Amino acid sequence: MKMEPITATPLLRVDNLTKRYGSRIGCADVSFDLWPGEVLGIVGESGSGKSTLLSCLAGHLTPDEGQVIFDTAGGPRDVLRMTEPERRRLSRTDWAFVHQNPRDGLRMGVTAGGNVGERLMAVGARHYGDIRDRATDWLGRVEIAAERIDDRPTAFSGGMQQRLQIARNLVTGPRLVFMDEPTGGLDVSVQARLLDLLRGLVREMGLSAIIVTHDLAVVRLLADRLMVMKSGRVVEQGLTDQVLDDPQHPYTQLLVSSVLQV
Amino acid sequence: MTDQSYNFAYLDEQTKRMIRRAILKGIAVPGYQVPFASREMPMPYGWGTGGVQVTAACLTPEDRLKVIDQGADDTTNAVSIRKFFQRTAGVATTEATAEATLIQTRHRIPEHPLTEDQILVYQVPIPEPLRFLEPRETETRKMHSLEEYGLMHVKLYEDIARHGSIATSYAYPVKVEGRYVMDPSPIPKFDNPKLGDCPALQLFGAGREQRIYALPPHTQVVSLDFDDHPFQATKAPHDCDLCGASESYLDEVIVDDAGNRMFVCSDTDFCRSRREAGHAGRLTMQEAAE
Ligand SMILES: Nc1ncnc2c1ncn2[C@@H]1O[C@H](COP(=O)(O)OP(=O)(O)OP(=O)(O)O)[C@@H](O)[C@H]1O
Ligand SMILES: [Mg+2]
Repeated sequence: MKMEPITATPLLRVDNLTKRYGSRIGCADVSFDLWPGEVLGIVGESGSGKSTLLSCLAGHLTPDEGQVIFDTAGGPRDVLRMTEPERRRLSRTDWAFVHQNPRDGLRMGVTAGGNVGERLMAVGARHYGDIRDRATDWLGRVEIAAERIDDRPTAFSGGMQQRLQIARNLVTGPRLVFMDEPTGGLDVSVQARLLDLLRGLVREMGLSAIIVTHDLAVVRLLADRLMVMKSGRVVEQGLTDQVLDDPQHPYTQLLVSSVLQV
Repeated sequence: MTDQSYNFAYLDEQTKRMIRRAILKGIAVPGYQVPFASREMPMPYGWGTGGVQVTAACLTPEDRLKVIDQGADDTTNAVSIRKFFQRTAGVATTEATAEATLIQTRHRIPEHPLTEDQILVYQVPIPEPLRFLEPRETETRKMHSLEEYGLMHVKLYEDIARHGSIATSYAYPVKVEGRYVMDPSPIPKFDNPKLGDCPALQLFGAGREQRIYALPPHTQVVSLDFDDHPFQATKAPHDCDLCGASESYLDEVIVDDAGNRMFVCSDTDFCRSRREAGHAGRLTMQEAAE
Protein backbone atom coordinates (compact mmCIF):
# COMPACT_ATOMS: atom_id res chain seq x y z
CA MET A 1 0.00 0.00 0.00
CA LYS A 2 1.29 3.41 -0.92
CA MET A 3 1.04 6.08 1.77
CA GLU A 4 0.20 9.67 1.00
CA PRO A 5 3.32 11.79 1.19
CA ILE A 6 3.63 13.63 4.51
CA THR A 7 6.01 16.30 3.30
CA ALA A 8 4.73 19.19 1.25
CA THR A 9 7.85 19.37 -0.96
CA PRO A 10 8.62 16.74 -3.60
CA LEU A 11 12.19 15.43 -3.56
CA LEU A 12 12.39 16.09 -7.28
CA ARG A 13 10.11 18.24 -9.41
CA VAL A 14 10.64 17.97 -13.18
CA ASP A 15 9.05 20.60 -15.32
CA ASN A 16 8.75 20.49 -19.13
CA LEU A 17 12.11 18.90 -19.72
CA THR A 18 13.18 18.75 -23.38
CA LYS A 19 16.40 17.46 -24.93
CA ARG A 20 17.02 17.45 -28.67
CA TYR A 21 19.86 15.89 -30.59
CA GLY A 22 20.00 18.31 -33.50
CA SER A 23 16.59 18.00 -35.09
CA ARG A 24 15.88 14.63 -33.46
CA ILE A 25 13.97 14.58 -30.19
CA GLY A 26 15.66 12.83 -27.25
CA CYS A 27 12.82 13.55 -24.85
CA ALA A 28 10.19 16.28 -24.86
CA ASP A 29 7.94 18.10 -22.36
CA VAL A 30 8.50 15.65 -19.54
CA SER A 31 7.01 16.71 -16.20
CA PHE A 32 6.56 14.77 -12.96
CA ASP A 33 7.07 14.93 -9.19
CA LEU A 34 8.98 12.35 -7.19
CA TRP A 35 8.12 12.23 -3.50
CA PRO A 36 10.53 11.11 -0.76
CA GLY A 37 10.59 7.33 -0.44
CA GLU A 38 8.99 6.82 -3.81
CA VAL A 39 10.26 4.61 -6.63
CA LEU A 40 9.39 5.73 -10.14
CA GLY A 41 9.71 3.34 -13.06
CA ILE A 42 10.24 4.60 -16.58
CA VAL A 43 9.36 2.13 -19.34
CA GLY A 44 9.17 2.32 -23.11
CA GLU A 45 10.59 0.70 -26.20
CA SER A 46 14.15 1.11 -27.36
CA GLY A 47 14.83 4.68 -28.47
CA SER A 48 11.85 6.14 -26.57
CA GLY A 49 14.09 8.54 -24.62
CA LYS A 50 14.45 6.80 -21.26
CA SER A 51 18.22 7.09 -20.98
CA THR A 52 18.17 10.61 -22.35
CA LEU A 53 15.71 11.65 -19.66
CA LEU A 54 17.68 9.94 -16.88
CA SER A 55 20.94 11.53 -18.03
CA CYS A 56 19.31 14.97 -18.05
CA LEU A 57 17.98 14.44 -14.53
CA ALA A 58 21.33 13.25 -13.21
CA GLY A 59 23.22 16.14 -14.79
CA HIS A 60 25.15 14.01 -17.30
CA LEU A 61 23.39 15.77 -20.19
CA THR A 62 22.25 19.38 -20.45
CA PRO A 63 18.63 19.65 -21.55
CA ASP A 64 17.51 22.38 -23.93
CA GLU A 65 14.48 23.41 -21.91
CA GLY A 66 12.85 22.81 -18.57
CA GLN A 67 13.64 22.67 -14.89
CA VAL A 68 14.81 19.97 -12.50
CA ILE A 69 14.15 21.11 -8.94
CA PHE A 70 15.83 18.99 -6.27
CA ASP A 71 15.05 19.44 -2.60
CA THR A 72 18.62 19.93 -1.31
CA ALA A 73 19.57 20.20 2.36
CA GLY A 74 19.36 23.96 1.84
CA GLY A 75 15.92 23.85 0.19
CA PRO A 76 14.68 23.32 -3.39
CA ARG A 77 17.21 24.23 -6.11
CA ASP A 78 17.17 24.05 -9.90
CA VAL A 79 19.86 21.48 -10.61
CA LEU A 80 20.39 22.85 -14.12
CA ARG A 81 21.30 26.27 -12.73
CA MET A 82 23.81 24.95 -10.23
CA THR A 83 27.52 25.45 -10.82
CA GLU A 84 29.40 22.34 -11.91
CA PRO A 85 31.17 21.97 -8.53
CA GLU A 86 27.78 22.06 -6.75
CA ARG A 87 26.34 19.46 -9.09
CA ARG A 88 29.35 17.19 -8.77
CA ARG A 89 29.18 17.45 -4.97
CA LEU A 90 25.51 16.51 -5.14
CA SER A 91 26.28 13.50 -7.29
CA ARG A 92 28.70 12.06 -4.75
CA THR A 93 26.60 12.82 -1.67
CA ASP A 94 22.83 13.03 -2.20
CA TRP A 95 22.68 11.18 -5.51
CA ALA A 96 23.79 7.84 -6.85
CA PHE A 97 23.81 6.44 -10.37
CA VAL A 98 23.72 2.73 -11.18
CA HIS A 99 24.76 2.05 -14.78
CA GLN A 100 23.47 -0.78 -16.90
CA ASN A 101 27.02 -1.94 -17.56
CA PRO A 102 28.84 -2.37 -14.24
CA ARG A 103 32.10 -1.53 -16.01
CA ASP A 104 30.82 2.03 -16.43
CA GLY A 105 30.09 2.35 -12.74
CA LEU A 106 33.01 0.48 -11.18
CA ARG A 107 36.76 0.98 -11.10
CA MET A 108 37.85 -2.33 -12.56
CA GLY A 109 41.47 -1.94 -11.37
CA VAL A 110 40.50 -1.32 -7.75
CA THR A 111 39.51 -3.98 -5.19
CA ALA A 112 35.88 -4.49 -4.15
CA GLY A 113 36.63 -2.81 -0.82
CA GLY A 114 38.24 0.17 -2.56
CA ASN A 115 35.26 0.47 -4.89
CA VAL A 116 32.82 0.58 -2.00
CA GLY A 117 35.09 2.81 0.07
CA GLU A 118 35.63 5.43 -2.64
CA ARG A 119 32.51 7.45 -1.91
CA LEU A 120 33.28 7.36 1.81
CA MET A 121 36.77 8.70 1.15
CA ALA A 122 35.39 11.26 -1.29
CA VAL A 123 33.35 12.76 1.51
CA GLY A 124 36.26 12.77 3.94
CA ALA A 125 36.53 9.33 5.63
CA ARG A 126 40.15 8.97 6.79
CA HIS A 127 40.10 5.92 9.04
CA TYR A 128 41.13 2.79 7.17
CA GLY A 129 39.60 0.40 9.71
CA ASP A 130 36.23 2.19 9.64
CA ILE A 131 36.17 2.32 5.84
CA ARG A 132 36.92 -1.38 5.70
CA ASP A 133 34.25 -2.24 8.25
CA ARG A 134 31.64 -0.33 6.31
CA ALA A 135 32.75 -1.90 3.02
CA THR A 136 32.53 -5.36 4.60
CA ASP A 137 29.06 -4.59 5.91
CA TRP A 138 27.91 -3.43 2.48
CA LEU A 139 29.38 -6.40 0.66
CA GLY A 140 27.32 -8.55 3.03
CA ARG A 141 24.19 -6.58 2.27
CA VAL A 142 24.59 -7.26 -1.44
CA GLU A 143 25.44 -10.92 -0.76
CA ILE A 144 29.14 -10.80 -1.61
CA ALA A 145 31.27 -12.84 0.81
CA ALA A 146 33.52 -10.74 3.05
CA GLU A 147 36.54 -12.77 1.93
CA ARG A 148 36.17 -11.31 -1.58
CA ILE A 149 36.82 -7.78 -0.30
CA ASP A 150 40.37 -7.65 -1.69
CA ASP A 151 39.48 -9.10 -5.11
CA ARG A 152 39.08 -6.92 -8.15
CA PRO A 153 35.73 -6.77 -9.98
CA THR A 154 37.39 -8.43 -12.98
CA ALA A 155 37.33 -11.62 -10.90
CA PHE A 156 33.54 -11.28 -10.32
CA SER A 157 30.60 -12.58 -12.35
CA GLY A 158 28.30 -10.08 -14.08
CA GLY A 159 25.70 -10.38 -11.31
CA MET A 160 28.31 -9.84 -8.60
CA GLN A 161 29.69 -6.82 -10.43
CA GLN A 162 26.24 -5.31 -10.57
CA ARG A 163 25.70 -5.96 -6.86
CA LEU A 164 29.08 -4.41 -6.14
CA GLN A 165 28.09 -1.36 -8.15
CA ILE A 166 24.94 -1.08 -6.07
CA ALA A 167 26.89 -1.35 -2.80
CA ARG A 168 29.36 1.28 -4.00
CA ASN A 169 26.47 3.64 -4.73
CA LEU A 170 24.42 3.09 -1.59
CA VAL A 171 27.20 3.11 1.01
CA THR A 172 26.88 6.84 1.69
CA GLY A 173 23.09 6.69 2.03
CA PRO A 174 22.11 8.78 -1.01
CA ARG A 175 18.69 10.44 -1.03
CA LEU A 176 18.01 9.73 -4.69
CA VAL A 177 19.20 6.81 -6.81
CA PHE A 178 19.12 6.78 -10.61
CA MET A 179 19.27 3.36 -12.26
CA ASP A 180 19.48 2.70 -15.99
CA GLU A 181 18.51 -0.89 -16.77
CA PRO A 182 20.09 -2.26 -13.58
CA THR A 183 19.15 -5.84 -14.48
CA GLY A 184 19.84 -5.59 -18.21
CA GLY A 185 22.51 -7.85 -19.64
CA LEU A 186 22.13 -10.47 -16.88
CA ASP A 187 20.67 -13.99 -17.22
CA VAL A 188 17.14 -14.43 -16.04
CA SER A 189 17.95 -16.28 -12.82
CA VAL A 190 20.59 -13.70 -11.90
CA GLN A 191 18.13 -10.92 -12.70
CA ALA A 192 15.56 -12.37 -10.34
CA ARG A 193 18.03 -12.53 -7.49
CA LEU A 194 19.19 -8.97 -8.12
CA LEU A 195 15.61 -7.77 -8.18
CA ASP A 196 14.86 -9.38 -4.82
CA LEU A 197 17.95 -7.77 -3.41
CA LEU A 198 17.04 -4.36 -4.79
CA ARG A 199 13.52 -4.67 -3.46
CA GLY A 200 14.87 -5.49 0.00
CA LEU A 201 17.22 -2.51 -0.03
CA VAL A 202 14.58 -0.12 -1.33
CA ARG A 203 12.20 -1.10 1.47
CA GLU A 204 14.79 -1.24 4.23
CA MET A 205 16.41 2.10 3.35
CA GLY A 206 13.26 3.85 2.21
CA LEU A 207 15.08 4.77 -1.00
CA SER A 208 13.79 7.27 -3.48
CA ALA A 209 14.69 6.04 -6.93
CA ILE A 210 14.10 6.44 -10.63
CA ILE A 211 14.52 3.19 -12.51
CA VAL A 212 14.69 3.00 -16.28
CA THR A 213 13.89 -0.38 -17.78
CA HIS A 214 12.04 -2.05 -20.60
CA ASP A 215 11.28 -5.00 -18.39
CA LEU A 216 7.78 -4.73 -16.93
CA ALA A 217 8.59 -7.37 -14.30
CA VAL A 218 11.14 -4.95 -12.87
CA VAL A 219 8.64 -2.13 -12.48
CA ARG A 220 5.93 -4.47 -11.17
CA LEU A 221 8.29 -5.50 -8.37
CA LEU A 222 10.01 -2.20 -7.57
CA ALA A 223 8.10 0.83 -8.74
CA ASP A 224 5.34 2.64 -6.86
CA ARG A 225 4.59 4.75 -9.88
CA LEU A 226 5.13 4.23 -13.56
CA MET A 227 5.78 6.50 -16.50
CA VAL A 228 5.38 5.18 -20.05
CA MET A 229 7.42 6.85 -22.81
CA LYS A 230 7.07 6.72 -26.56
CA SER A 231 9.03 8.74 -29.11
CA GLY A 232 10.49 10.94 -26.39
CA ARG A 233 7.16 11.81 -24.77
CA VAL A 234 5.33 10.56 -21.70
CA VAL A 235 2.13 8.92 -22.94
CA GLU A 236 0.81 7.69 -19.60
CA GLN A 237 1.71 7.84 -15.93
CA GLY A 238 0.14 6.67 -12.69
CA LEU A 239 0.34 4.10 -9.92
CA THR A 240 2.13 1.03 -11.24
CA ASP A 241 -0.64 -1.48 -10.64
CA GLN A 242 -3.23 0.85 -12.14
CA VAL A 243 -1.22 1.45 -15.31
CA LEU A 244 -0.32 -2.21 -15.77
CA ASP A 245 -3.76 -3.63 -14.94
CA ASP A 246 -5.84 -0.98 -16.65
CA PRO A 247 -3.72 0.74 -19.31
CA GLN A 248 -5.42 3.72 -20.96
CA HIS A 249 -3.10 4.65 -23.81
CA PRO A 250 -3.07 2.28 -26.82
CA TYR A 251 0.72 2.09 -26.71
CA THR A 252 0.66 1.01 -23.06
CA GLN A 253 -1.98 -1.55 -23.87
CA LEU A 254 0.29 -2.95 -26.55
CA LEU A 255 3.26 -2.95 -24.19
CA VAL A 256 1.35 -4.78 -21.47
CA SER A 257 -0.23 -7.31 -23.80
CA SER A 258 3.05 -8.16 -25.50
CA VAL A 259 4.48 -8.94 -22.09
CA LEU A 260 1.56 -11.15 -21.21
CA GLN A 261 2.21 -13.17 -24.33
CA VAL A 262 5.77 -13.97 -23.24
CA MET B 1 84.86 27.21 -21.88
CA THR B 2 81.47 28.52 -22.91
CA ASP B 3 80.33 27.40 -26.33
CA GLN B 4 79.54 30.69 -28.07
CA SER B 5 77.25 29.18 -30.70
CA TYR B 6 74.51 28.90 -28.03
CA ASN B 7 72.66 31.56 -26.10
CA PHE B 8 73.50 31.60 -22.35
CA ALA B 9 72.24 28.28 -20.88
CA TYR B 10 71.28 27.01 -24.36
CA LEU B 11 67.67 28.30 -24.53
CA ASP B 12 66.91 31.61 -26.26
CA GLU B 13 65.71 34.53 -24.14
CA GLN B 14 62.08 34.32 -25.34
CA THR B 15 61.84 30.69 -24.31
CA LYS B 16 63.41 31.42 -20.93
CA ARG B 17 60.92 34.23 -20.36
CA MET B 18 58.05 31.89 -21.20
CA ILE B 19 59.40 29.31 -18.73
CA ARG B 20 59.95 31.97 -16.06
CA ARG B 21 56.33 33.08 -16.40
CA ALA B 22 55.24 29.48 -15.82
CA ILE B 23 57.57 29.28 -12.81
CA LEU B 24 56.19 32.53 -11.35
CA LYS B 25 52.66 31.25 -11.80
CA GLY B 26 53.67 28.02 -10.08
CA ILE B 27 55.13 29.97 -7.17
CA ALA B 28 51.95 32.04 -6.91
CA VAL B 29 49.79 28.89 -6.74
CA PRO B 30 51.89 26.34 -4.79
CA GLY B 31 51.41 22.76 -5.96
CA TYR B 32 49.40 23.70 -9.05
CA GLN B 33 50.67 22.18 -12.32
CA VAL B 34 51.29 24.98 -14.81
CA PRO B 35 51.33 23.92 -18.48
CA PHE B 36 54.29 25.22 -20.50
CA ALA B 37 55.53 24.76 -24.05
CA SER B 38 58.36 22.33 -23.43
CA ARG B 39 61.25 22.65 -25.92
CA GLU B 40 63.35 19.99 -27.56
CA MET B 41 66.58 19.67 -25.64
CA PRO B 42 69.73 17.99 -26.94
CA MET B 43 69.08 14.96 -24.70
CA PRO B 44 66.36 12.33 -24.43
CA TYR B 45 63.20 13.01 -22.34
CA GLY B 46 64.08 10.40 -19.73
CA TRP B 47 67.15 12.48 -18.94
CA GLY B 48 65.27 15.22 -17.18
CA THR B 49 64.59 17.74 -19.92
CA GLY B 50 61.91 19.39 -17.74
CA GLY B 51 64.40 20.00 -14.95
CA VAL B 52 67.02 21.13 -17.45
CA GLN B 53 64.67 23.75 -18.93
CA VAL B 54 63.75 25.07 -15.48
CA THR B 55 67.43 25.22 -14.55
CA ALA B 56 68.25 27.03 -17.81
CA ALA B 57 65.54 29.61 -17.08
CA CYS B 58 66.84 30.21 -13.53
CA LEU B 59 70.62 30.22 -14.04
CA THR B 60 72.64 33.44 -13.86
CA PRO B 61 76.37 33.72 -14.66
CA GLU B 62 77.09 34.05 -10.92
CA ASP B 63 75.43 30.75 -10.01
CA ARG B 64 77.24 27.70 -8.70
CA LEU B 65 75.51 24.56 -9.98
CA LYS B 66 75.27 21.11 -8.42
CA VAL B 67 73.59 18.21 -10.23
CA ILE B 68 72.65 14.96 -8.50
CA ASP B 69 71.03 11.75 -9.62
CA GLN B 70 69.75 9.47 -6.83
CA GLY B 71 71.92 11.51 -4.47
CA ALA B 72 75.15 11.03 -6.45
CA ASP B 73 77.10 13.68 -8.35
CA ASP B 74 78.99 11.17 -10.48
CA THR B 75 76.36 9.19 -12.40
CA THR B 76 76.26 9.52 -16.20
CA ASN B 77 73.05 11.53 -16.05
CA ALA B 78 74.35 13.99 -13.43
CA VAL B 79 77.72 14.37 -15.14
CA SER B 80 76.23 15.04 -18.57
CA ILE B 81 73.76 17.65 -17.30
CA ARG B 82 76.52 19.37 -15.32
CA LYS B 83 78.77 19.39 -18.39
CA PHE B 84 75.91 20.69 -20.51
CA PHE B 85 75.58 23.81 -18.36
CA GLN B 86 79.33 24.24 -18.01
CA ARG B 87 79.51 24.32 -21.78
CA THR B 88 76.40 26.40 -22.54
CA ALA B 89 76.39 28.76 -19.54
CA GLY B 90 79.95 28.68 -18.31
CA VAL B 91 78.75 28.57 -14.71
CA ALA B 92 80.82 27.29 -11.82
CA THR B 93 79.90 23.84 -10.52
CA THR B 94 80.31 22.11 -7.21
CA GLU B 95 79.54 18.83 -5.51
CA ALA B 96 79.13 20.45 -2.09
CA THR B 97 75.47 21.04 -1.26
CA ALA B 98 76.28 24.00 1.00
CA GLU B 99 78.24 25.78 -1.74
CA ALA B 100 75.66 25.41 -4.52
CA THR B 101 73.18 28.17 -5.36
CA LEU B 102 71.16 25.97 -7.69
CA ILE B 103 70.82 22.19 -7.38
CA GLN B 104 69.17 20.07 -10.04
CA THR B 105 68.11 16.71 -8.69
CA ARG B 106 66.59 13.43 -9.70
CA HIS B 107 65.06 11.21 -6.97
CA ARG B 108 66.55 12.85 -3.83
CA ILE B 109 66.63 15.90 -1.57
CA PRO B 110 70.16 16.50 -0.24
CA GLU B 111 70.78 15.59 3.42
CA HIS B 112 72.52 18.90 4.20
CA PRO B 113 69.82 21.42 5.15
CA LEU B 114 69.05 23.89 2.34
CA THR B 115 68.98 27.66 2.76
CA GLU B 116 66.94 30.55 1.39
CA ASP B 117 69.83 31.37 -0.97
CA GLN B 118 69.29 28.12 -2.87
CA ILE B 119 66.96 26.78 -5.55
CA LEU B 120 66.25 23.05 -5.80
CA VAL B 121 65.07 21.91 -9.26
CA TYR B 122 63.46 18.46 -9.52
CA GLN B 123 63.28 16.33 -12.66
CA VAL B 124 59.74 14.96 -12.89
CA PRO B 125 58.67 12.03 -15.08
CA ILE B 126 54.90 12.01 -14.30
CA PRO B 127 53.56 15.16 -12.64
CA GLU B 128 49.95 13.98 -12.25
CA PRO B 129 49.38 12.22 -8.91
CA LEU B 130 45.85 11.17 -9.93
CA ARG B 131 47.01 9.49 -13.14
CA PHE B 132 47.28 6.09 -11.47
CA LEU B 133 43.51 5.74 -11.07
CA GLU B 134 42.15 8.27 -13.56
CA PRO B 135 43.87 8.28 -16.94
CA ARG B 136 41.69 11.03 -18.47
CA GLU B 137 43.53 14.35 -18.36
CA THR B 138 40.29 16.40 -18.65
CA GLU B 139 38.95 14.60 -15.62
CA THR B 140 42.09 14.94 -13.46
CA ARG B 141 42.22 18.66 -14.18
CA LYS B 142 38.63 19.00 -13.07
CA MET B 143 39.37 17.00 -9.94
CA HIS B 144 42.19 19.39 -9.05
CA SER B 145 40.12 22.46 -9.69
CA LEU B 146 37.23 21.13 -7.60
CA GLU B 147 39.52 19.65 -4.91
CA GLU B 148 38.05 16.19 -5.45
CA TYR B 149 40.87 14.17 -3.96
CA GLY B 150 39.07 11.10 -2.58
CA LEU B 151 40.80 9.02 -5.24
CA MET B 152 44.23 9.64 -3.69
CA HIS B 153 43.03 7.88 -0.58
CA VAL B 154 41.62 5.03 -2.66
CA LYS B 155 45.18 4.50 -3.88
CA LEU B 156 46.50 4.41 -0.30
CA TYR B 157 43.57 2.17 0.72
CA GLU B 158 44.55 -0.28 -2.02
CA ASP B 159 48.11 -0.27 -0.72
CA ILE B 160 47.06 -1.21 2.79
CA ALA B 161 44.53 -3.79 1.53
CA ARG B 162 47.24 -5.52 -0.49
CA HIS B 163 50.33 -5.09 1.64
CA GLY B 164 49.07 -4.49 5.16
CA SER B 165 50.59 -1.01 5.25
CA ILE B 166 51.09 1.90 2.90
CA ALA B 167 53.65 0.37 0.56
CA THR B 168 54.14 3.46 -1.60
CA SER B 169 57.75 4.24 -0.84
CA TYR B 170 58.57 6.91 -3.41
CA ALA B 171 56.57 9.59 -5.29
CA TYR B 172 54.45 9.63 -2.14
CA PRO B 173 51.57 12.13 -2.63
CA VAL B 174 51.39 15.31 -0.57
CA LYS B 175 48.89 18.11 -0.03
CA VAL B 176 50.26 21.61 -0.43
CA GLU B 177 49.00 24.45 1.79
CA GLY B 178 45.79 22.50 2.35
CA ARG B 179 44.87 22.87 -1.33
CA TYR B 180 46.58 21.03 -4.20
CA VAL B 181 47.59 17.40 -4.10
CA MET B 182 51.06 17.09 -5.64
CA ASP B 183 53.44 14.37 -6.78
CA PRO B 184 56.83 15.23 -5.26
CA SER B 185 58.59 13.32 -8.11
CA PRO B 186 60.07 9.90 -7.33
CA ILE B 187 61.97 10.94 -4.20
CA PRO B 188 61.87 8.35 -1.39
CA LYS B 189 59.14 9.09 1.12
CA PHE B 190 61.99 9.47 3.62
CA ASP B 191 62.56 12.87 1.97
CA ASN B 192 58.93 14.01 2.19
CA PRO B 193 59.29 15.80 5.54
CA LYS B 194 62.03 17.98 3.98
CA LEU B 195 59.57 19.31 1.37
CA GLY B 196 57.61 21.24 3.97
CA ASP B 197 58.77 24.51 5.52
CA CYS B 198 61.93 24.33 3.38
CA PRO B 199 63.84 27.66 3.24
CA ALA B 200 64.90 27.03 -0.38
CA LEU B 201 62.70 27.57 -3.41
CA GLN B 202 61.68 24.19 -4.89
CA LEU B 203 60.79 23.94 -8.59
CA PHE B 204 59.52 20.89 -10.45
CA GLY B 205 59.86 20.42 -14.21
CA ALA B 206 58.26 17.69 -16.34
CA GLY B 207 59.53 17.88 -19.93
CA ARG B 208 57.55 15.26 -21.80
CA GLU B 209 54.37 16.13 -19.88
CA GLN B 210 54.98 19.90 -20.24
CA ARG B 211 54.24 20.87 -16.65
CA ILE B 212 55.99 23.08 -14.10
CA TYR B 213 55.03 23.37 -10.44
CA ALA B 214 56.59 24.93 -7.38
CA LEU B 215 56.88 25.09 -3.62
CA PRO B 216 57.87 28.58 -2.49
CA PRO B 217 60.05 28.78 0.65
CA HIS B 218 58.37 27.69 3.89
CA THR B 219 55.33 26.13 2.25
CA GLN B 220 53.17 23.74 4.26
CA VAL B 221 53.42 20.25 2.77
CA VAL B 222 51.55 17.31 4.32
CA SER B 223 51.95 13.67 3.27
CA LEU B 224 48.55 11.98 2.80
CA ASP B 225 47.66 9.15 5.16
CA PHE B 226 44.92 7.54 7.26
CA ASP B 227 44.26 8.25 10.94
CA ASP B 228 45.01 4.62 11.78
CA HIS B 229 47.90 4.29 9.27
CA PRO B 230 49.87 7.52 9.74
CA PHE B 231 52.60 8.53 7.30
CA GLN B 232 56.07 7.27 8.21
CA ALA B 233 59.32 8.48 6.65
CA THR B 234 61.08 5.15 6.58
CA LYS B 235 64.64 4.16 5.67
CA ALA B 236 66.72 0.99 5.96
CA PRO B 237 67.28 0.31 9.70
CA HIS B 238 71.07 0.58 9.49
CA ASP B 239 73.92 3.07 9.85
CA CYS B 240 76.00 3.99 6.82
CA ASP B 241 78.83 1.45 6.51
CA LEU B 242 81.21 4.14 5.27
CA CYS B 243 80.51 7.21 7.44
CA GLY B 244 78.40 5.77 10.27
CA ALA B 245 75.52 8.22 9.72
CA SER B 246 72.32 6.96 11.33
CA GLU B 247 69.94 9.63 10.04
CA SER B 248 70.66 9.64 6.31
CA TYR B 249 68.91 7.76 3.48
CA LEU B 250 70.82 4.61 2.55
CA ASP B 251 71.33 2.61 -0.63
CA GLU B 252 71.82 -1.12 -0.35
CA VAL B 253 74.81 -2.22 -2.43
CA ILE B 254 75.86 -5.79 -3.23
CA VAL B 255 79.63 -5.88 -2.82
CA ASP B 256 80.73 -9.31 -4.02
CA ASP B 257 79.65 -12.50 -5.77
CA ALA B 258 78.87 -14.07 -2.40
CA GLY B 259 75.95 -11.66 -2.08
CA ASN B 260 77.45 -9.62 0.74
CA ARG B 261 75.80 -6.25 1.11
CA MET B 262 76.58 -2.89 2.51
CA PHE B 263 74.50 0.16 3.29
CA VAL B 264 75.85 3.51 2.20
CA CYS B 265 74.50 7.05 2.15
CA SER B 266 72.77 7.73 -1.14
CA ASP B 267 73.93 11.37 -0.81
CA THR B 268 77.58 11.02 -1.86
CA ASP B 269 78.57 14.56 -0.90
CA PHE B 270 77.07 14.16 2.58
CA CYS B 271 78.89 10.85 3.10
CA ARG B 272 82.25 12.14 1.88
CA SER B 273 82.15 15.27 4.00
CA ARG B 274 81.35 13.21 7.08
CA ARG B 275 84.29 10.91 6.39
CA GLU B 276 86.55 13.92 5.82
CA ALA B 277 85.42 15.23 9.19
CA GLY B 278 86.62 11.97 10.77
CA HIS B 279 83.40 9.93 11.00
CA ALA B 280 83.64 6.25 10.18
CA GLY B 281 81.27 3.34 9.57
CA ARG B 282 81.48 -0.43 9.97
CA LEU B 283 83.55 -1.04 6.82
CA THR B 284 85.90 1.92 7.09
CA MET B 285 86.69 0.91 10.67
CA GLN B 286 87.41 -2.68 9.54
CA GLU B 287 89.74 -1.40 6.83
CA ALA B 288 91.53 0.85 9.29
CA ALA B 289 92.02 -2.13 11.62
CA GLU B 290 93.50 -4.33 8.88
N1 LIG C 1 24.13 10.94 -28.52
C1 LIG C 1 23.06 10.95 -29.32
N2 LIG C 1 23.09 11.61 -30.50
C2 LIG C 1 22.00 11.64 -31.32
N3 LIG C 1 20.87 11.02 -31.04
C3 LIG C 1 20.77 10.33 -29.89
C4 LIG C 1 21.87 10.25 -28.98
N4 LIG C 1 21.49 9.50 -27.91
C5 LIG C 1 20.23 9.13 -28.15
N5 LIG C 1 19.78 9.63 -29.33
C6 LIG C 1 18.45 9.45 -29.89
O1 LIG C 1 17.50 9.92 -28.95
C7 LIG C 1 16.39 9.05 -28.87
C8 LIG C 1 16.24 8.50 -27.46
O2 LIG C 1 17.34 7.67 -27.16
P1 LIG C 1 17.60 7.03 -25.72
O3 LIG C 1 18.95 6.44 -25.71
O4 LIG C 1 17.28 8.01 -24.68
O5 LIG C 1 16.49 5.86 -25.71
P2 LIG C 1 16.23 4.70 -24.67
O6 LIG C 1 14.79 4.75 -24.37
O7 LIG C 1 17.16 4.78 -23.54
O8 LIG C 1 16.55 3.39 -25.54
P3 LIG C 1 17.16 1.97 -25.08
O9 LIG C 1 16.02 1.21 -24.46
O10 LIG C 1 17.57 1.33 -26.37
O11 LIG C 1 18.27 2.19 -24.16
C9 LIG C 1 16.63 7.99 -29.94
O12 LIG C 1 16.00 8.39 -31.10
C10 LIG C 1 18.13 8.00 -30.12
O13 LIG C 1 18.46 7.59 -31.43
MG1 LIG D 1 18.71 3.46 -22.77
